[in-house]
Amino acid sequence: MSIFVDENTKVVVQGISPTSQGLYHGLRNRAYGTQVVAGTNPKRGGEEIEGIPVYATVAEAVQATGANASFISVPPKFAADAIVEAAAAGVPFVVCITEGIPAQDEALAYNRLVRDFPGTRLLGPNCPGIISPGKCNIGITSGDIAMPGGPVGIVSRSGTLTYQALHELSQQGVGQTTCVGIGGDPVPGTSFIDCLAAFEADPDTRAIMMIGEIGGSAEEEAAEFIASSVTKPVVSYVAGVTAPAGRKMGHAGAIISGSKGTAQAKMDALAEAGVTVAHNPTEAGEAMVDVVRNLG
Amino acid sequence: MDLFEYQGKQYFARFGIPISKGGVADTVDEAVAQAEAAGYPVVVKAQVKVGGRGKAGGVKVANDVDEVRLHAGNILGLDIKSHVVKRLWVEHASDIAKEYYASFTLDRSAKKHLGMLSAEGGVEIEEVAVTNPDAIAIIHVDPVDGLSLEAATEWVARAQLDEEAREQAAELLVKLYTCYTEGDCDLAEINPLILTPEGRVHALDAKVTLDDNAAYRHPEWEEFAGSDVEDERETRAKERGLNYIGLSGSVGIIANGAGLAMSTLDVVNQCGGTAANFLDIGGGANADVMAAALEVINSDPAVKSIFVNIFGGITRVDEVAKGVLEALDRVEISSPIVLRLDGTNAEAGREILAAHLSDRLVAEPTMLDAARRAVALAGGKS
Repeated sequence: MSIFVDENTKVVVQGISPTSQGLYHGLRNRAYGTQVVAGTNPKRGGEEIEGIPVYATVAEAVQATGANASFISVPPKFAADAIVEAAAAGVPFVVCITEGIPAQDEALAYNRLVRDFPGTRLLGPNCPGIISPGKCNIGITSGDIAMPGGPVGIVSRSGTLTYQALHELSQQGVGQTTCVGIGGDPVPGTSFIDCLAAFEADPDTRAIMMIGEIGGSAEEEAAEFIASSVTKPVVSYVAGVTAPAGRKMGHAGAIISGSKGTAQAKMDALAEAGVTVAHNPTEAGEAMVDVVRNLG
Repeated sequence: MDLFEYQGKQYFARFGIPISKGGVADTVDEAVAQAEAAGYPVVVKAQVKVGGRGKAGGVKVANDVDEVRLHAGNILGLDIKSHVVKRLWVEHASDIAKEYYASFTLDRSAKKHLGMLSAEGGVEIEEVAVTNPDAIAIIHVDPVDGLSLEAATEWVARAQLDEEAREQAAELLVKLYTCYTEGDCDLAEINPLILTPEGRVHALDAKVTLDDNAAYRHPEWEEFAGSDVEDERETRAKERGLNYIGLSGSVGIIANGAGLAMSTLDVVNQCGGTAANFLDIGGGANADVMAAALEVINSDPAVKSIFVNIFGGITRVDEVAKGVLEALDRVEISSPIVLRLDGTNAEAGREILAAHLSDRLVAEPTMLDAARRAVALAGGKS
């Protein structure tokens, strides 16, 4: 099994045109085997681009094709509206890879979904997307670095480190059930905890790799969740041990975060929760190979 | 982007938040003119983006023209924690009955806006947060609802602001929230927010961080763009649109994605080396970007080797490889380059580079191998 997406996932690409990023990535996803069933573009309804039927709105695309996931890579100024449009059209899973959305728009879109469209899960923004190897790839992950068959589920906050994690495991012959890039923006639609809970519930996922980075407190919250609710082994790597100290955002930042947010604090919290904490991506891959071997 | 105090106050003023009468001055004569306009006594305040100005002698009260000349002359050029004062803010001095604290920022955990308000404002607010957290009244604002005057009124009462300040404070907080949301701030903070003996509430300081992602809809931010970067390398990088942070080591770093760039720093460190910089070239690593990145790193005399760590997603590795070669045609690079290329079109990328490899341009199969090589080329463990 996999989480959030599988071979039955039908994707509508929002904002498609012959020159759009959406088409470029949508075609790569289709070439991987993903069912890309529709595109949207208010000015091109009724057209067909590279064999993908185009509709003016997401609602029309859903009605005509039964699309149950959407893929958004439109520019930042349009992205928040695109997310809300997909949710309003009843799409249960929305992947937004757009980088650079104003934080205010992101916070507003997230809270609108929570309130008005609780049936929609948003992944991202500013994330690489999701891949269930051999079944479905939505986003910008290179399909050939993933390996089908499990037993590892990956969740990562960082784009390129997500690829690195996939690569380290595949190189060692360890497959993945699903790899989720949740993105590093201030208000991610899907959290570490959402993914940990889904992997815990997925019978085919038998171990979990979690890649974090400095800033915020998402890793510390994930550690608490792992301690209380995750029975499967977890291997983690947190990037940024040697990163330059970030800008301190006035007194407010110091008041909120306290000592949280540093890589060391995150690693300590994860280790405390029983997680195997690695010091670089390669070490994480090797640790996971050991874990998988011991699963029997 | 962090604003100077004077810019933050001017930004507040756009949203109707009361500030003291004052203006900027870059010379002693200008300071005198601003003081005359604001009315004595005045406060002469150093404009630097660093805390602890008062303790460093960067904030002085002046009662007449001679005192303005004296203080302005002393503060201009003053070095406050490596920030040299080039500009002053001169404002009418307020009598202070009470100092409060108010701010809005995003609570990443709650995924809502967070307002913090305290009747115990002033320079010790962080201390208050630790020793007496109950003295800070917080409010979570759902961005869908916004902050109503009713909610703000309840909030100021809960924060136990003085009775005579509450009505004005509630109105001011609604304006501050509007400034924070419509003004696209990551942080809008007033410390202190004061109550004067005459019973007026207004902002005596301003700490504003703008969300760079929203710059496209704020043409008025142009005037804030600026001159406050101290590190010459960072200035050069900024001119080229690169996400660069200067460090003090000897291995130059180029990576795509902030996470991988941070991880590259970690790995270089674990191999016994030290990074000269953090540089994330992002998604579009074409020849121009790569040339610009190599130029910036090359201009740092401390760099002894350069580690290019690319994992292709959107970035196609064959494009990166072409970019590196084109960049080498354009720029004379004084340090050896170690490449580690993986991901989308990695094979094609390696083929492009194969004929060009030498002891000045080395390819390694893994991130760890490349880090070890780069550290060795930089002179080994430092």
